[in-house]
Amino acid sequence: MRILLVDDEKELVSTLAERLQLRGIEADWVTQPEKALKLTEEKQYDIAVLDIKMPKIGGLQLKKILQKKWPNMKFIFLTGHGSEDDYRAGSAEAGAQFYLVKPVKIESLIEKMKTVLNSNT
Amino acid sequence: MAFTFKDKVSLTFWDHQEISSGPYRSRYNLRSLWKQTVMISILIVLIPLIGLTCFDYTITEEAYESEIMLRTSRFVSNIRRTIAFFLSERSFALNFIIQDNTYEELSEAKRLSYILNNLKQSLGGFTDLGVIDQTGKQHTYVGPYAFKDLYYKDAAWFKQVVHQGNYISDVFKGYRNAPHLVVAIKKELPNGGFFILRSSLDNERFNEMLSHLEISGLGDAFLVNEEGILQTPSRLFGDVLQLMPLPVPKPSVNTEVLEMKNAKTGNSLFVGYTYISDTPYILMVVMNKQEALKPWHTTRIKLISVLIATVIIILLVILIMVTYLVNNIFLADRKRAEILHHVEYSNKMASIGRMAAGVAHEINNPLAIINEKAGLIMDLFTYRDEYTKDGKLLELIKSIISSVERCAVITKRLLSFARNIDVSVFQPIRLKEFVFEVLGFLGKEAEYRSIQIDVSVAEDIDEFLSDKGKLQQIFLNLFNNSMAALYDGGRLEINAVKKNKETILITIADSGCGISEKDLKRIFEPFFTTKRNKGGTGLGLSITYNLVQELGGNISVESKVDEGTRFSILLPYKLKNGS
Repeated sequence: MRILLVDDEKELVSTLAERLQLRGIEADWVTQPEKALKLTEEKQYDIAVLDIKMPKIGGLQLKKILQKKWPNMKFIFLTGHGSEDDYRAGSAEAGAQFYLVKPVKIESLIEKMKTVLNSNT
Repeated sequence: MAFTFKDKVSLTFWDHQEISSGPYRSRYNLRSLWKQTVMISILIVLIPLIGLTCFDYTITEEAYESEIMLRTSRFVSNIRRTIAFFLSERSFALNFIIQDNTYEELSEAKRLSYILNNLKQSLGGFTDLGVIDQTGKQHTYVGPYAFKDLYYKDAAWFKQVVHQGNYISDVFKGYRNAPHLVVAIKKELPNGGFFILRSSLDNERFNEMLSHLEISGLGDAFLVNEEGILQTPSRLFGDVLQLMPLPVPKPSVNTEVLEMKNAKTGNSLFVGYTYISDTPYILMVVMNKQEALKPWHTTRIKLISVLIATVIIILLVILIMVTYLVNNIFLADRKRAEILHHVEYSNKMASIGRMAAGVAHEINNPLAIINEKAGLIMDLFTYRDEYTKDGKLLELIKSIISSVERCAVITKRLLSFARNIDVSVFQPIRLKEFVFEVLGFLGKEAEYRSIQIDVSVAEDIDEFLSDKGKLQQIFLNLFNNSMAALYDGGRLEINAVKKNKETILITIADSGCGISEKDLKRIFEPFFTTKRNKGGTGLGLSITYNLVQELGGNISVESKVDEGTRFSILLPYKLKNGS
């Protein structure tokens, strides 16, 4: 399982990647969406974990671009805003099913990744 | 809070002057508006009405009086004519006799007796007849008394008849000692001498003529002479030849009507009088003014009653109308303030929501970093053997992470609060969790003040649909109210049961200071507060009331001073699947 983490908070995204790696998960991270596009050209990722609020290109927009290119890629969203309950109501149109509110427990993130890989959409 | 019609026509606004300052203050001083409107309406309506009635009163009174005067005057004239006719008729008869007979003929007692008989039969009223020669000696006399040869030379009437030619006397007693009057005619003889024919008239006929008159108003008709001696009996002033207590009216050719006072009784009298020409008599008709004006008094009572009734009706209508209008202004004004507040309140809540969301979001990011860093440290401890034995460090990290989790709970709650305010949609609610979530906003206050909070939600209440934001505000307002009312160490009970298939009953009961009965009635009224000095706007419970209404529910309150207050909320119980 190869994961791409995209978040404008470097401190957060780098630490998260390191913790995943400690658990044997191959995780790369970037802070700019443009770099994420570049990176996907080089390697194939199973899951992209995206922050919804980022400068220039937001997580939802980035997801659309990536999905077009890599139809098999799965997505998980992170946000500092709102709760799951709320997202379930509002995220249908964005097409995302998996959504976590910061701060995130690493165990629940890994749990989500497993679920998303097994899902069909 | 709807007003009934009774509220609208009673002085409801009077005691609702509490909105006298601040942004929601009333634009009107309703008490003075009410007073002014009532005063002006009363003045505009009543002044012309009372003025008109007074005018009508005076006119009618004058009309009545002049009518009485006129009637009296006509009446007096008629009687005068009758009396004058009576006297002149007898005077003419004597005149005829004296012209028709010579002195010698009349000196014959038999002849004179014959004439007297004729007179009695034809005209009546004659008592006797006498012929008096120029020396004043009664030469011949026929009648019931023995008056022959009496000398009248010194009698006043004799002098007058000698002087005037004819004469009608006052009523007097004379030799016979009974009231009578005398008519005398003088005849000149060709030899330069004269003789007089004299007859006394029975004054009974006179009295009859006057006493048979029907005079309204306890009236009285009688004759007096110029000295004020009664010539006929009077109902009011006594018998013949007594002195009348009224002043003798001034001589006048015409019939006059005056107002006089009875010196004895003090009553006001209408007095009609006339001098009967060629006689010493004054005819007087006297009426008691009070009695004469009786019909007017009846009319006057009617007039005044109608006026009083009209004034009362007008006053009532004015009071009711003005009160109704001012109450409506009061309601409209309060509605305006309510709406103004509602808008401000919504804006304020939205701002608070936005701020809370912003704060939560801003905090969440660094919090996430702390979380990850601490997580990484813990990971390192876990995955690398060299730190595993340092139990103290591990504890510290765990404590950091648990604090981060606590912060996260707070920020999530803030975000949820903000979102609920923003969106107004029905969402599924798990009541027990929801109550605890709202209680969470109160923070540790309850703990610090040793307030015991019991929450009991019946098991059969499933997740139901309601507006989370509104429900949150309702609970928050009520909890805050209870916390303010509770003494330290008090108890707050929140209870929810299913009342029936469609309703749930939530009660929030505190053991606080309670609300007085007087305040309890007005507790849901906007701008009613007992905490104005402490910054209360008097809108908390009014908003709560409206929010419950908006949710299709109902709120009521019971309270006892020093025992506590219980709010009961009935909410529609709608399940997700539509049942």
